[in-house]
Amino acid sequence: MDNLISGFAILAQWQVVVALIIGSVGGVIIGALPGVGAAVAIAILLPATFSFEPIVGLTLLLGIYGSSMYGGAIPAILINTPGTAVNALTTYDGYPMTKRGEGHRALSLAYSASFFGGIFSILCLIILSPVLAWVAPHFGSREIFLAALMGILLVVLAHRGQTFSAAMLASFGMFLNTVGLEPVKYTKRFTFDQSWLSSGINLIVVVLGLFAISQALLLLVDRDHAPGEAHVKGNIFAGLKELLGLKRIATVSSSLGVLMGMVPGTGEFTSQFLSYTYAQKTSKDPDKFGDGSPEGLVASEAANNAVPGAAMIPLLALGIPGEALTAMMLSVFYVHNVIPGPQLFADQMDFVLALYMALILLNVIVLVFLLFSTNLLLKIIQIPTRFLGVMILTLSFVGVFSLRNSVTDCAIAAGFGVFGLILKRLNLPIVPIILGMVLGGIMEVKLRSAMARVKSPLDFIDRPIAAILFVMILLIIALHIRTLVQEHRDRLKPQPTGDEDTTQQG
Amino acid sequence: MIAKTLQDMFRRYRRPGDIVFAVVFLAFALFLLSQLGSETKVVKRTKWFAQPALWPTVAIWGMVIFSALHLLSSALSPRIPGRWKEVGFWLLSLEYVAYFLIYVVAVPWLGYLPSTILFVVFLALRTGFRTASVLSLSVIFAVVVAVLFRALLQVNIPAGKIYEQLPDSIRVFALTYL
Repeated sequence: MDNLISGFAILAQWQVVVALIIGSVGGVIIGALPGVGAAVAIAILLPATFSFEPIVGLTLLLGIYGSSMYGGAIPAILINTPGTAVNALTTYDGYPMTKRGEGHRALSLAYSASFFGGIFSILCLIILSPVLAWVAPHFGSREIFLAALMGILLVVLAHRGQTFSAAMLASFGMFLNTVGLEPVKYTKRFTFDQSWLSSGINLIVVVLGLFAISQALLLLVDRDHAPGEAHVKGNIFAGLKELLGLKRIATVSSSLGVLMGMVPGTGEFTSQFLSYTYAQKTSKDPDKFGDGSPEGLVASEAANNAVPGAAMIPLLALGIPGEALTAMMLSVFYVHNVIPGPQLFADQMDFVLALYMALILLNVIVLVFLLFSTNLLLKIIQIPTRFLGVMILTLSFVGVFSLRNSVTDCAIAAGFGVFGLILKRLNLPIVPIILGMVLGGIMEVKLRSAMARVKSPLDFIDRPIAAILFVMILLIIALHIRTLVQEHRDRLKPQPTGDEDTTQQG
Repeated sequence: MIAKTLQDMFRRYRRPGDIVFAVVFLAFALFLLSQLGSETKVVKRTKWFAQPALWPTVAIWGMVIFSALHLLSSALSPRIPGRWKEVGFWLLSLEYVAYFLIYVVAVPWLGYLPSTILFVVFLALRTGFRTASVLSLSVIFAVVVAVLFRALLQVNIPAGKIYEQLPDSIRVFALTYL
């Protein structure tokens, strides 16, 4: 109870309230702008948040993270252009509904499903808190090492059809983390006698380059286009009532979002895929999916909005980020010497509770904001994409330069910007680089401290959680190999029609 | 038969330019591998798990093995024409990188607000916006960004050297807020 009161007190600070409002409203606008997205905004704002209190900085970033998908649904439904990548599935059923003249109904359902998914995941987080607080202290160095290893493995294997490139880029991320003066034996690693490499390659610089500058360059070099005009009439919140009739789909989809959000490396896309498949298979009208099915829309939006809350679970409990956005947030913790992980639950439960409450509030703020602003947002998103590129490049400068006023950092970020542009053009994944950097660093530190008490290899997994994690890693590998063998056998069978798109690697 | 099986196993969707990237990345990984001995140290009386060279070795071997497999899968996948046009697109981005770096160098001299206005207006013109409304919007955007980050959020950006030449009445204001 004391923790709850203390959590309220933290949340009641005016700076936190302002951060929450700016983050939530800003997140919706950013999410609605095709070509920006939460990752770009968080990367740009990250260094600015270092001067704030950790709760203020995290609330701002969480606001953007949690609300961007609400905004992303607007252009996805009304003009067939997803605001963020995770809203792509929303276009399948949202846009056909708009074409049928049911745009307001589709938007209304999307907002309601998003709200349901968001609140559902936070409730799960709150209910799971005592379990987390109990389990987290049992995670020692070897357990965290194994969890990070499992995270890398899942990130790689989650990129179906791109497994080799994901593994190659995750390894590259791990390599980037090792560059510079190594902190234990003080030896130089891959500095090539260059003083600017001695301090290593900063994660924020890489993040800004890969997410923000690359996106700016892509928009600047590519052909200019502005999203089309649209207008919506009618009661936007009639969908809350309609959602009650689809509560089974919403609940299952949100549960899948929570489950996938907790597992490092999977996140929105997997949860959407699973929930959409579930909704279609259990629907009385499966043929309508992809042609304006309200069930499909609810499945997609409830699942993707349940992920942010759940993604905080491995971050807060173990200090292990499951995807790029939580990896960025981890740096806010580090800058303030707040180490997420088992100790956070033991020592700063009020801080954790304040974060949970902030997450609930942001969903309410966003819903209220959308009540009045949908048509205004439709005007804002008509910014030409090249001008959007100018804006992102200008803002990227603040992000990189304010870190330590280094021209070298800006040059490195620009280099990663070009690299990110190439990866985006080739449809190769960026996230494994960031997670390779973060999880590689965690693995290096944790292996060193864990092995100091290990005599034989079996000692490494002689504790229950370590053993479970080890078995899970073996299972993941075994299941992946089984799937590959199965797919290979299927390909060898005679096909009725040639299908070149279902190719696979790794 | 073996070639067919390999093709079946490794074939994937491949965009134009994929193989150029795969070759360059593998070459980079091999270069790093060749430098592993000289750019990392093996420390005596230190166990394997605490060796500074351990993680660079793991990471670079990972890069080499998986970039080789990525190249193989690229070579075995159906090609979409337009390789060099795509490489040209990548190189076009360097023009904007150059503008960005000029902006970075200019800020400590000209100050954040003036260089941001110049940068945004120049980029707007360069990207084809000529109307007065867009150019005014560019100036407003630049002013809002500079004031928001430097004056309000007090983000760590140095004052411009040029501000020293301003009259006393506005010099301190410019040094602190612009």
